[in-house]
Amino acid sequence: MSHDSDPHRHGGGLIGRSVPRVEDDRLLRGQGRYVDDIALPGGVEAAFLRSPHAHARIESVDVRAALAAPGVVAVWTGEDVADLPAMLNKEELRTPPGLAELLDPVVRMTPMPLLAREKVLYVGQPVAVVFAENRYLAEDALELVEVGYAPLPVLVDPETSLSPEAPLLHEHLPDNTAVAVAARVGDPDAAFAGAHAVVSERFDAHRYVASPIETRAISAQVDPYSGRLTVWAGTQTPHRLRDAIAHTLGLAPASVHVIAADVGGGFGQKGILYVEELLVPHAARRLGRPVLWREDRNENLTASSHAREQIHHIELAADAEGHILAVRDRITVNFGAYNMTGLVVPYNSLCHLLGPYRVPHVDIDVTGVLTNTTFATPYRGAGRPETVFAMERAMDRLAVELGIAPEELRARNLVGPDEMPYATGLVDRSGSPQSYDSGDFPELLRRAVAKADVEAIRARQREGARDGRHVGVGFAMYIEATGLGPFETARIDLAPDGRVRLAIGAPSQGQGHRTSMAQIAADALGVPLGIIEVTGGDTEATPFGVGTIASRALVNAGNATHRAGRLVREKIIEAAARRLGVTADRLDLSDGVVAAKEPGGPSIGLAELAGRAPLPGVPEPTDGRHGTEISETVHFRPPGFAVASGAHAAVVEVDEHTGEVEILHYVVVHDAGNIVNPMIAEGQVTGGIAQGIGGALYEEMVYGPDGQPRTGTYMDYLVPTSSEIPDLDMDEIFTPSPMNDLGVKGLGEGGAIAPQAVLAGAVEDALRPFGVVVRRGPLSPSRVRELIRTADRP
Amino acid sequence: MTPSVPTPLTARTPPLTEPSAWHEIALTVNGRAVTAQVESRLLLSDFLRDRLGLTGTHVGCEHGVCGACTALVDDEPVRTCLTLAVQCAGTEIRTVEGLTTDDAPLTSVQRAFHECHGMQCGFCTPGFLMTTTALTERPDRPDEAQVADALSGHLCRCTGYRNIRRAVCQALDERFGK
Ligand code: FES
Ligand code: FES
Repeated sequence: MSHDSDPHRHGGGLIGRSVPRVEDDRLLRGQGRYVDDIALPGGVEAAFLRSPHAHARIESVDVRAALAAPGVVAVWTGEDVADLPAMLNKEELRTPPGLAELLDPVVRMTPMPLLAREKVLYVGQPVAVVFAENRYLAEDALELVEVGYAPLPVLVDPETSLSPEAPLLHEHLPDNTAVAVAARVGDPDAAFAGAHAVVSERFDAHRYVASPIETRAISAQVDPYSGRLTVWAGTQTPHRLRDAIAHTLGLAPASVHVIAADVGGGFGQKGILYVEELLVPHAARRLGRPVLWREDRNENLTASSHAREQIHHIELAADAEGHILAVRDRITVNFGAYNMTGLVVPYNSLCHLLGPYRVPHVDIDVTGVLTNTTFATPYRGAGRPETVFAMERAMDRLAVELGIAPEELRARNLVGPDEMPYATGLVDRSGSPQSYDSGDFPELLRRAVAKADVEAIRARQREGARDGRHVGVGFAMYIEATGLGPFETARIDLAPDGRVRLAIGAPSQGQGHRTSMAQIAADALGVPLGIIEVTGGDTEATPFGVGTIASRALVNAGNATHRAGRLVREKIIEAAARRLGVTADRLDLSDGVVAAKEPGGPSIGLAELAGRAPLPGVPEPTDGRHGTEISETVHFRPPGFAVASGAHAAVVEVDEHTGEVEILHYVVVHDAGNIVNPMIAEGQVTGGIAQGIGGALYEEMVYGPDGQPRTGTYMDYLVPTSSEIPDLDMDEIFTPSPMNDLGVKGLGEGGAIAPQAVLAGAVEDALRPFGVVVRRGPLSPSRVRELIRTADRP
Repeated sequence: MTPSVPTPLTARTPPLTEPSAWHEIALTVNGRAVTAQVESRLLLSDFLRDRLGLTGTHVGCEHGVCGACTALVDDEPVRTCLTLAVQCAGTEIRTVEGLTTDDAPLTSVQRAFHECHGMQCGFCTPGFLMTTTALTERPDRPDEAQVADALSGHLCRCTGYRNIRRAVCQALDERFGK
């Protein structure tokens, strides 16, 4: 494929075209197959009893009354599953060897019991599970389970959790630190000592949640025919789930079949392992009946993973012209009650803090802290929105300090396109020297500033507020290392009917893989899109796979598909050459027909080629063996990260009386390298930004000091509706990644990374007459009013 | 590990718990007559999904905020998670499965969501389709505020709404002219 600067104009191929999604028709007819839609005859439903305490010792559990309740099949407590190993998200907790060697991070394991036995550590932790004929009866019986709790002191605030007097959440650890890692570049202390200006601030990223509209769900059945365990799961990582189930239940991985059929949004929340996903398959085996569990919304908000909560004590040192000399940041990440994903979020925050800026001296450390709140794990952006919030806010403060326009300050510090690949001096998540492969950050900013029409806004600001409504503009930039390894798999088969089957390891939760992967395969093979069938996230279709997380599916599964397609294309041409009695170099495959390059030569269609073989799908005997199937499996291993980037600008109007923030204009300019399907790409960016706007203005998972969640329903946890999300003003540039054949970069998370920072900047700019500094979100009306009330007026 | 009790054999439907609270109801679902025994507390969403196998009506919150469970009851969009099946005796219900038949083309509303890319995971989509269908069935074109109001009753976590608004607009244009 070509690496033209504008893939929308890519030749005759399908890559670069807004091909309408092939997955839509079924979903539009109500024929989706989400986990809860799959009826398993004779199935029972599970309901979990969850801790009402944030921290308590379990003194007694009595399930007798529940067991006697109508329709109840079984009730389990921690004792009933004590023979199973506690849960660890093994893959996520592994520290890459390179990183371990260079930075010697602390990563402490906190295995989570499948059902709590001695202690509960957060409100929502599973304590018992009821299996009954249906959900109504299971929930009735939950109320009959008697648990005696002895409450323990509760830790909600991570900084308090770190104090030497704090009680320990996990007695086997010396303190409540789960993770600690630090990185230094150059001589930051000297740079700070010699700086013209230093800003020093605390910025807090607040806690919010992924909140997919389909809650988590899992069902499992022992196949009476094969004796194998079949699991339908709302998961982003089916292969890891398969391995975890096999490990926990003492089975061979090959005897567990995980299918992530339709998944109703994931955003990271469905990318990790949960105890419910181990207990339900276990129950299917123990009870000898299919078992289904579907979470309700209250469970999803309080007991499925949370994200984002971080405290940054950040300092910037600069010279008189605003060139950054050094950055120092002390980051505290609230992990909640268990260390689920180790370095993923803290290290993402660390190695994305510098963003697109040139920073010679760096001093960052991150501590992940355990508290009596629901565990926190990656959510769309995974540590990047938090760190971009801190860095971009600090840039805005530095701009004020130096009297330089915020967009100009940014421009002075950007790494230029001529400096690519650019080494930051840090190491990336895999432990290699961190390098930005490609990008044009100044162009991103230039376009964003032009679209936002900063001059017009400054003019309006000079006129003064109208009716107490103040306008402001903000900017934020980010980079994102995408296409995380270690690999992804694609298998392509030519079926006997001449159709092409493509199986990839990465499932889709709405990203449209069936369409974009088919586009890649069709181009690589030279066949029409319509003959390609795509399966994703089925552990039988591809025994190896990682998953759809970390903006990695298109890069890894896409390039695996591309390579497999090229290899299968060669095989098809060779088979056709044998059949037609010509040499392969005289043949070409396009539009599903292998034909001689010269006019009037022989040709053969795929159906004929595959179907008339001596065995189905087997073209001809070769090399004395009886044929080779026309099939290839490719494991694509990215050599490094493909760095995507973007610049956002937002214009807001803030009502000083009501505290309402209205977005007048939202600009996004992004770069994700070559684009396979522009329509799908735009949808991904738009959806990410909507989640970011939600986090910036409305969404917050609130805990009381007693560790009780106060936002356990959609009545008080505010997910934005259509009325709150404006149309976006979008633009894009394309700097193809040299890290892969397709030149693509990941795109799923980018949109969600900058909105908190850009809206905070815009609101602060609008409220400049009051001298407001935005140090945390969300910028709800009450918080905006509080900012105005408590500001030090200039 | 104690297999707490031997697995009893219980007839799955109906799981009779309070014999006094059972009702026989007759209604129409997607044009077909249905009679059923339902307990008082059975939600319409569960009735449609579990008893009738019409799983296109999705459940996202069970407290009336997300709109995923929306179906048309006597032509009005209704949150089936806040409605009891027994309340629907004698009504005419339409779900996403009833918009078109299996082999027939999509309706203009469905097509608009496809053409405008107004869906990603598709979980919220049936709810949006039913509300939009009701908008197109009004005698007059709803004004902007009415459309905004109708859409604000639905959550979509994937699309960022822009393309959903475009889809609704296209469907209304097709029905009422631009
Ligand atoms: S499930 Fe009915 S409104 Fe959410
Ligand atoms: S398309 Fe996924 S929730 Fe709307």
